[in-house]
Amino acid sequence: MATTTYTPPGGVSNTLHNAWVGIKKIPPVFPVFFLIFIVLGFLNPVKYQSMNGIMTFLRTAAPLAVLAVGQMFVLASGGFDLTVGAIVTFVVLVSSKLLANDPANAFPAIMMMLGAGVLIGLVNGLVVSYLKVPSFITTLGMMLLVRGAALYYVGGAPQGYLTDNWRAFGRNYFENVPVFERVPYALLVMIGVAILSYILFNRTNYGKQILAIGDNVRASQLSGVRVRLVRVLTFIFCALMAIIGGIMIGGYGGVNVTIGEGLEMQSIAACVVGGVLLGGGKGSVPNVIFGAFTLQAIVNLLNMLGLPKPYTDVVQGLIIIGAVAYVGLSSQKKR
Amino acid sequence: MTTITASDSWFKRTTRSIHIPPVFIFLVVTFLVSGLLDQFYSDGQIFSNPAIMMNIIVRSVALGIVAVGQTLVILGASIDLSVAFTISITAVMSSYIMKGETANVPVALLAVFAIGAIIGLTNGLVITKLKVSPFIATLGVSLIVKGIINATFSNYTGSVPKSFEYFGYGTIGSIPVSIIIMLLVFLAGWFLLARTKFGAHLYGVGGNSEVARLSGVRTDRVLIGAHIICSMTAVLAGIFLVSQMRSGAPWVGPNGLYDLNSIATVVIGGTALSGGKGGVWGTLAGVLIFGILDTTFNQLGVNPYLKMVLRGAIIVLAVASYTIRSKKEAA
Repeated sequence: MATTTYTPPGGVSNTLHNAWVGIKKIPPVFPVFFLIFIVLGFLNPVKYQSMNGIMTFLRTAAPLAVLAVGQMFVLASGGFDLTVGAIVTFVVLVSSKLLANDPANAFPAIMMMLGAGVLIGLVNGLVVSYLKVPSFITTLGMMLLVRGAALYYVGGAPQGYLTDNWRAFGRNYFENVPVFERVPYALLVMIGVAILSYILFNRTNYGKQILAIGDNVRASQLSGVRVRLVRVLTFIFCALMAIIGGIMIGGYGGVNVTIGEGLEMQSIAACVVGGVLLGGGKGSVPNVIFGAFTLQAIVNLLNMLGLPKPYTDVVQGLIIIGAVAYVGLSSQKKR
Repeated sequence: MTTITASDSWFKRTTRSIHIPPVFIFLVVTFLVSGLLDQFYSDGQIFSNPAIMMNIIVRSVALGIVAVGQTLVILGASIDLSVAFTISITAVMSSYIMKGETANVPVALLAVFAIGAIIGLTNGLVITKLKVSPFIATLGVSLIVKGIINATFSNYTGSVPKSFEYFGYGTIGSIPVSIIIMLLVFLAGWFLLARTKFGAHLYGVGGNSEVARLSGVRTDRVLIGAHIICSMTAVLAGIFLVSQMRSGAPWVGPNGLYDLNSIATVVIGGTALSGGKGGVWGTLAGVLIFGILDTTFNQLGVNPYLKMVLRGAIIVLAVASYTIRSKKEAA
């Protein structure tokens, strides 16, 4: 940092104070995640204190992290994207038919899915920008449309299976890697997405403009931001992330008509746990990724404690309310 | 708002002076187009058979009742995503408590309305006191309620007594009781909004909460009140559904997509998602549009998945017909 801070001479209390100020700046999602992960490690050392176990965890958590990063771009610009879950269903169902059980079709199928993602995002963005339909309603309608189209295309039931090479992104590992033992493809995809989106969000004008729009549309418009272009790009980015996440989820979970259900809300929840404000103007790629990890760790923790699945919903509900209440109340105190 | 000038056409002047929201025009168009399609491609029942009209309205009852509550919270610049699972918990709990005995009905009703009040109160308190955005607050509460029902019930539970089916199937003269109740709920919603202090305050809170607060409105109480009423309408819808189904199941609410559908009908009805503008009659038109579309799709034998696609497209286009002229950027 270029800022010069005045440090008064000596004094342990001062060093402590400075350390405390530094600690307070750490977003709560990091300590919360590590706390949960340490508890997991104590409860099941074999699974969560080995490199192998950590990699397995990251493989499961990576898809939600990718979805959440896409969602964060839209949330930061002040909108919502409810199509995320439907896009995941779309990817899995339509791919199951496009692949026609032939591994040679995997590459073209993935390319077509990415193309479909661009198209869905483009429609979302254009409808919000030019027809001025609030994104909540636009993406709600598109959610029905995308899910309906996928089910219509496959006739209501999965056609064929997903070939092994298509599923590799969500399922496979690079074996015998030094230090890490084995590295899931999903983790590498997620790291790629993370780096790309970090650069987009923090190091480009585009990223700054997303935040500007989320903060104050009128002001950013007057200062020359091309609001509509930025919005359209943001929805396309989110839809692409949903496609990539969908390929990972399908790889991990296989074909299932309800595979994407509820993921739009989960991705929003991950963002919220990562400190994103609904209504826009705030966001951070690493925090959101750890928000997704935290949600996944909680699910694993509850499973390990033997709580039936429904209670996971209860705890997730409490967590997301708690996370937002914490942010809301602490920012209120400052004022 | 709308000024009437002499240069406008006769039609424009008339429609503006009697304030027909565009959604009613949309409703008439939907009805005419549906009827014509039905005439040409099916047996033409929509135009010729009054029973099918009645059926359209009966199909809309559950959605209509929740949509009134949803209109209130959206007018207050809030939103309620927990209505679907409130409907589920009502349906399951009431049939669980009734166990087919008429004697248990009052207890069951008391219990479900109490549950509804608690859910609404929680929503309201979390939003106003913990400063959680309404979307997240009600999503969280919805997850909590979902978890609780799914942990306790997994399938059809209990049953309602024969006498209780009157709500779902009874008629007064030739008009189904359910329709009358729905219309009463709409009337009550209208009365609350147009004729009471609460309604005026709610518009104020939705329009500009800070201004309302500074002019002496107890904004928190108003919003909490709106949320309690909204949950109550969800409970009433749940009671109607269980009286039709004869037994409650935990998937009633989410399968009917009552959360998102009610929001969609409210917005199609011309109530702004940002709050402070709109009313219940537009919502009624929105609900009827959904009912007509459903019936038409059935009449024409449209593929169920294609139905979903059309529904999605129509929601977006219907809302676009209002917003397209707006000068403000949407988010």
